[in-house]
Amino acid sequence: MIRALRPAVLATLTVLVLLVLSPFALVAVNAVKSPDEYGTDGPLSLPNGLYLKGIADFWIRVDFGEKLVNSFVIAFAVAVLAVAVSVLNAYALGIGRVRGRSAFLVFFLLANLLPQEALVYPLYYMSKEVGLYNTRLAVVIVFTAIQSAFGTYLLTSVFTTFPREMLEAAAIDGAGKLRTLWRVVVPISRPSLSVLFTFFFIWTWNEFFLPLVFLISNDKQTVPVALGVLQGDRMMDATTTSASALLGILPAILFFLVFQRTLSRGVMSGAIK
Amino acid sequence: MRSNRGYAAFLVPGALLSLVVIVVPLVMNVGISFTRWQGVGTPEWIGLDNYTRLLEDDNFWASFRNIIFLIVAMAVVPTLIGLVLAAVLFDYVAKAIGPRTASALRSGFYLPQVLPVAVTGIVWGWILNPSFGALNAILTNAHLDGLAKNWLGDPAYALYSVMVVMVWFQVGYPVVMFMSGLRRVDPELYEAAAIDGAGWWRRFTRIAVHHIKPEIYVVLVTTTIAALKIFGQIFVLTRGGPGNATLVPSYFAYQNFFEKAQAGYGSAIATVLALIIVVLSVVFLRIQARDEKRAET
Repeated sequence: MIRALRPAVLATLTVLVLLVLSPFALVAVNAVKSPDEYGTDGPLSLPNGLYLKGIADFWIRVDFGEKLVNSFVIAFAVAVLAVAVSVLNAYALGIGRVRGRSAFLVFFLLANLLPQEALVYPLYYMSKEVGLYNTRLAVVIVFTAIQSAFGTYLLTSVFTTFPREMLEAAAIDGAGKLRTLWRVVVPISRPSLSVLFTFFFIWTWNEFFLPLVFLISNDKQTVPVALGVLQGDRMMDATTTSASALLGILPAILFFLVFQRTLSRGVMSGAIK
Repeated sequence: MRSNRGYAAFLVPGALLSLVVIVVPLVMNVGISFTRWQGVGTPEWIGLDNYTRLLEDDNFWASFRNIIFLIVAMAVVPTLIGLVLAAVLFDYVAKAIGPRTASALRSGFYLPQVLPVAVTGIVWGWILNPSFGALNAILTNAHLDGLAKNWLGDPAYALYSVMVVMVWFQVGYPVVMFMSGLRRVDPELYEAAAIDGAGWWRRFTRIAVHHIKPEIYVVLVTTTIAALKIFGQIFVLTRGGPGNATLVPSYFAYQNFFEKAQAGYGSAIATVLALIIVVLSVVFLRIQARDEKRAET
């Protein structure tokens, strides 16, 4: 019976996957058509040739290179800082087991679950008061706090099972707590830290709500914000929209391919969405 | 024995950061929700007026009704589809055709998950566009013009269109989670059940689903909370419209904060949303802790 089913099951699954992937194909096909060609042949025909002017024009008009740099700088800074803060917190909570440990953990867990809407207005107001409104630094600070809340929670459970003998050996060698952290704990937990770093980078890259509120001038905006606010714009015809979508998709797919193994390690561990 | 003293100092930077970015703003937000304030000048204390106004506001109720639909689209439907897909991929494709095919298909289903939410909005906003979108062009080509609709602009279809987009976006996550959970199932259990004459469906519901309960739970919790927070796709696809057909609490709060300059009212909406999420999370965590305890004894 199983053999008879085989082609049917495989065919059904293939059709389903193609359906899921079809929006990507539609975007790719139409991003390389000229507006005239789209007008006559519609969205379903294969392109007559590679018309890259639509993408190039859009790139220049929104200064896409600048948006990539903004996104990269913000996501990278957040990933580095949030991993650092998570390590420090988790060192105190997971290895140091300081008093009030479980209260801190519950706090960090809830902080991560809170909707950003419940923080956004005071943050917006405060950033204006201290002159950080419309700066990338404000976004970096806010996301470092939000991401490290999650990182602290996750890393504390990793550090709780850290081999005690290694810490004691370091202490006997006369290493202080800071030195033990840097020379023993960090190198050994590097795999967990790289999973965290990857997720922080991609999550921050994908963020939309807070960067939308904080980065109002064009030259500060990230890729998702710059693309998102253009929707509904008069200049956005079918081919330009596909071109903009393609430019938004490509970095995400690149990260997916580069980080695939780290990502699946994280998702599989069940702790990370 | 190493002393535990002296570790608290390592908590100082993180605690300060959380205080400034999370605790203080959260408390301020609750405070602002008891005032009438336009974001400038002195807030005027009005007690619970914003909350009583919420209860009479059709938009508020519409936003929560829509969220229930989106929980179905983002949590319930992807979990059900994900269960079937994961079981077929793991149990059938990987064994009968090969693990490489199974993992290639899995990556295909997962791909939408890697996109920034705003970009998924751009892709679908174009596909569903009534005048130059791909979907209506496909229908016209197939001589099904009658089925072509203003997918996002017609209040009768807008919410359902957004729901389909969200199923597309979410389905890969449960597939990946469930496939990894299924690896824990002892193959001998399956063989024993097969010998006892249990069919595929029976083995799937009795053995597989039972074993990956923890994964199902995690997926339902995280996707439900994600649905409650949804903002990016709504902002790009519909801005809550037409009317309030696709309005959600986060966008409703955003409108009041930044478009209508009603900071007090926006804060009240955000406070209610935060309360719902925190209460739900605490309930979920309690249930999980109880189940773990039961599993240990």
